[in-house]
Amino acid sequence: MAGLRQAELARLVGISGSYLNLIEHNRRRIGGKLLNDIAQALNVEPSLLSEGAEAALLSALRVAAAEAEAVAVELERGDEFAGRFPGWAALISEQHKRLRSLEHTAATLTDRLTHDPHLATSVHEMLTMVTAIRSTAGILVDTKEIEPEWRNRFHRNLNEDSQRLAEGAEQLVAYLDDAGDASAGMTLPLEEVEGMLEAHKFRFDNLVNATPDELSTFVSNQAQLTSDAARDMAMAVVRQLRADARLLSLDMLERQVKAGNVDPAQIATDYGVPLSAVMRRLAAVSDIMLSMPMGLVMCDASGTLMLRKSVEGFAIPRFSGACPKWPLFQALSRPMQALRQTVTMTGREAKRFDCYAVSEPIGTIQVNVAPLYHSFMLIVPLEAAGPAEAEVGSSCRVCPLEKCEGRREPSLLADVG
Amino acid sequence: MGKNVLVIEDEPNIIEAISFILSRDGWSVATHSNGHDAVGVVQKAMPDLVILDVMLPGKTGYDILRELRSEDATHGLPVLMLTAKGQVKDREMAERAGASRFMTKPFSNAEVLDAVRELVAG
Repeated sequence: MAGLRQAELARLVGISGSYLNLIEHNRRRIGGKLLNDIAQALNVEPSLLSEGAEAALLSALRVAAAEAEAVAVELERGDEFAGRFPGWAALISEQHKRLRSLEHTAATLTDRLTHDPHLATSVHEMLTMVTAIRSTAGILVDTKEIEPEWRNRFHRNLNEDSQRLAEGAEQLVAYLDDAGDASAGMTLPLEEVEGMLEAHKFRFDNLVNATPDELSTFVSNQAQLTSDAARDMAMAVVRQLRADARLLSLDMLERQVKAGNVDPAQIATDYGVPLSAVMRRLAAVSDIMLSMPMGLVMCDASGTLMLRKSVEGFAIPRFSGACPKWPLFQALSRPMQALRQTVTMTGREAKRFDCYAVSEPIGTIQVNVAPLYHSFMLIVPLEAAGPAEAEVGSSCRVCPLEKCEGRREPSLLADVG
Repeated sequence: MGKNVLVIEDEPNIIEAISFILSRDGWSVATHSNGHDAVGVVQKAMPDLVILDVMLPGKTGYDILRELRSEDATHGLPVLMLTAKGQVKDREMAERAGASRFMTKPFSNAEVLDAVRELVAG
């Protein structure tokens, strides 16, 4: 307790030691002046002592418990545990956070080793050079009588191969040095792209008239993008968002919003533009034009999430597969057909969202070649409580819904009240 | 017992070294360095043994081997695969494709000679 004995604290704030004891163990809730007095005496923010911190801690404990598959945690007694042993509870929460961070690092490094074509090619080339050198050197050492012509040829080969090996080694070291930068490597390219999009709030209206060179320079200058892979991916997204901005300017959207029209299907019809473009654009401008920002998520035909603009209350999983009941995935089986569904997200808050989804073909149309599709879903938060057509989750592991046809794996929260 | 070996490898200095070692051991050595027409070259030459690199321009050694195994004439031909990848999955892939023996780079000259002698004798 910040170096302060319990009795001293009780005296400082003018309450009995036993009453303070009850407060400390979560048996009495406090607020107002007493909360402020205790916070002042402990030299901490009052909010730290109030519900917010406690709720955040409880939520962190619940998530940690959900991920501890092999351990049967008394989930229903989480409040009591956090109340009686706040230090231990905070320790579990901190260690869980650290575990998450280390898992992420491990996943990133594994991904790099497995999928880095440059690294694989470099190592392969060097091993090939080593093989040639080893074999040639073996011939020169082991062959007692060797014609001068052959000897000279093998000496020349050794010289060539050792030079190539040295160059290869230097290049590999330089590559690994670059990759070891603090800014590089610890994030996946997609995460870097998301960081960049987040920084620009998905809006690239200032690039509407940029030349291809200016666009390349813009992408190259983005600090979040540390790899060529991330820059390539970012360029594709920026091009698309810029094309959207050309189709639907801020003025056009402002007029629609002022007229009370934020229905993407209606806007698409009014201006004769693709629905997916309206959805992306609405998500981007909702931060500045609407009271409640909208979210956006995009996937390819494999269901892999490739673009996400998060919105409060609608959890989009980062590493695991998303809920198959999202309209985003339903749209994949009905290409070019716009879907609209009101959903609630499972969980205590059960927020309601209006989801618009559409999947549209990508690339140019070719004869006898089935097109590939990208599916987009605009997530519009609804303020008022009301009925929903479907209850959807984030991902199976943290979804408490029982008897779900779409369940891929058991929920770790199934027994949470 | 035949003594004809076909070496399919794209690194010229490795080709030269292997050719030298095998020639000194009494083998008649032919070489080829491209993946895409390798199957035809094998069928035409019909050697007693093929030394086949995995990473070849045009077609991988695994694909070449699978094609050879699907043809009656080359179904049982001894094939020694060379690769710079020594992982278990690479070995498994070589076995599934039908390799008689799998050798990881860098190898010694003695290892190559032993493998060639064993495969043709066996």
